[in-house]
Amino acid sequence: MTDETTDKGYQLGFAAPAADTLQISLAGSWKIQHSLPSATQLEVELKKHPDVRKISFDSSAMTGWDSALLTFLVRTTALAIQNKLKVDESGLPDGVQRLLQLAAAVPERKGAHRESSKVPFLARVGNRASAATGSTTEALAFVGEATRSLGRLLRGKAQFRASDLVLTIQQTGSQALGIVALISFLVGVILAYIGAAQLATFGATMYVADLVGIGMARSMGAMMTGIIMAGRTGAAFAAQLGTMQVNEETDALETLGISSMDFLVLPRMLALILMMPLLCIYSDLFGILGGLFVSVMAFDIGIVEYLHRTQEAVQIRHFVVGVINATVYGVLVAIAGCYQGIKCGRSSSAVGAATTSAVVSGILLIVIATALLTVIFNVLGV
Amino acid sequence: MSTASEAQPLQTGTIAEAHIQVKDLTMAYGSFVVQQDLTFTIRRGDIFIIMGDSGCGKSTLLRHMVGLKRPAKGQVLYEDKDFWAADPVERKEFMRNFGMSYQGSALWSSMTLAENIALPLQEYTDLSAADMREIAQLKLALVGLSGFEDYYPSEISGGMMKRAGLARAMALDPDILYFDEPSAGLDPISSSLLDDLILQLRDSLGATVVIVTHELASIFAIGNNSVFLDAEKKTMTATGDPKQLRDEETDPKIHRFLTRGKT
Repeated sequence: MTDETTDKGYQLGFAAPAADTLQISLAGSWKIQHSLPSATQLEVELKKHPDVRKISFDSSAMTGWDSALLTFLVRTTALAIQNKLKVDESGLPDGVQRLLQLAAAVPERKGAHRESSKVPFLARVGNRASAATGSTTEALAFVGEATRSLGRLLRGKAQFRASDLVLTIQQTGSQALGIVALISFLVGVILAYIGAAQLATFGATMYVADLVGIGMARSMGAMMTGIIMAGRTGAAFAAQLGTMQVNEETDALETLGISSMDFLVLPRMLALILMMPLLCIYSDLFGILGGLFVSVMAFDIGIVEYLHRTQEAVQIRHFVVGVINATVYGVLVAIAGCYQGIKCGRSSSAVGAATTSAVVSGILLIVIATALLTVIFNVLGV
Repeated sequence: MSTASEAQPLQTGTIAEAHIQVKDLTMAYGSFVVQQDLTFTIRRGDIFIIMGDSGCGKSTLLRHMVGLKRPAKGQVLYEDKDFWAADPVERKEFMRNFGMSYQGSALWSSMTLAENIALPLQEYTDLSAADMREIAQLKLALVGLSGFEDYYPSEISGGMMKRAGLARAMALDPDILYFDEPSAGLDPISSSLLDDLILQLRDSLGATVVIVTHELASIFAIGNNSVFLDAEKKTMTATGDPKQLRDEETDPKIHRFLTRGKT
């Protein structure tokens, strides 16, 4: 007879009432406040008695039990099955026997266990590469579908609600005026400070108007607006469409025969295409104002002087370049946002991932497009 | 006796009867097979029940039949026309005759209940706004939601969203109605009213109804044809009238399912 210590609340004992039977005596309180006994003692005992064919229980001295007892019994039974022994449950309290029966009632679903396997490094590299090519193809397919959708719009065959377009225009355009104004003004201020400080060494401080004017009109206005839109609108599109995916709302549209490209993506793309040029010009003006503010306050350039210089230096072509840039950015942000939203997975963490990807890819595309467009405009001599 | 072997391929002379046919359908997610070798026929005017253990692929089967997931193998035929072999434009034509109600209602959360019902009407009819609103009111009244036309889905309870989803599925008076667990979350009286509604739709509109459900009371009250999907065997194990299956079926699993474990 061997005993396990009692300060844990329970008592575990072993006896051999017959040559082929090992009796486990359970005494004391078997509750989860104490630690759970492991089955190692049982393993030791089984090795000591190799002729054992059956395990039985004696719980007459048990004062209380809960899941601790059940867990121990499950482990014991597993061990018994492993060693091909029979288990006699009659010595256990009634309630315990019924619970054990219930737990075994529905057989384990084969193949439901998720295997965690260690994938070798090369395999992981391969998996990542094929996933990347897959997603590039998907993205290109999305762009293609979006273009066809625009085509349908031009032929008057697109299915979407005008009220959705108007609402998105309001959200993208008029609700962004405040933040665009603020950021553009500050960018103008920054440009003016940096520029004027350098120009002062040549005594050419008044050319700061040129710097700010051309900088904002040609490039910074569009870029700042693009980045603001990527963060605010691209994320919003991804979150809206992603949540619709999670709620099966896009499925409901599909079964109704309404293309989610036409109904959801098209109004959003249109809204950005319409609003970006306008916001760009608005941004340019505020940038110039910012430069004016700094020049007048810090560098003693008169208001009229500054404005006159700006008017001379900044030609229409600079504004046109900026507006073309802005329109391209609008399309890119819309595509990035909507694409991530539509291919979103079906959980809340997927919506978060989609939103993040939308903003990051939007900004990335904006910068790449800027580089390309700068080269193109340079080559064209615009 | 109703067994899997009774689901014969279509015979001449019953062409007018068969509305939907599923032949040798295998459903899979990548290499994980959900169900295979499903073959059954749904006749026009049937109230067809898809039953089985949890996780056996009932909702997935529905998605295959309405065009949301392509089968790994096999065919879905609507009046003898192969649904998945048709091009996307033709498939959309088919889909216009379906009305689908989702397990989670899938109401468009940025629109009111009336707007949700009006959207299909807007897309496929030339009715005026006032007419569409009246039809929406009628459909909502049929499901017991009179007065909630201007509420958003976030403002009503889960059961109410469910019923609104049903109303939307009925908006165009479709030929075929697909219901995914329509009674889940409904109180017994609403559930019984829903059964009555389904029978009415079948009788007055001649609709064929396909229902995924566990609710035994409804299954026996209105179902007249069914298929049982087994999760372990990954195939169908019975088809036919549920009441017949309950009385005559020898497979213990199906028997326990239909008698709620009182074998």
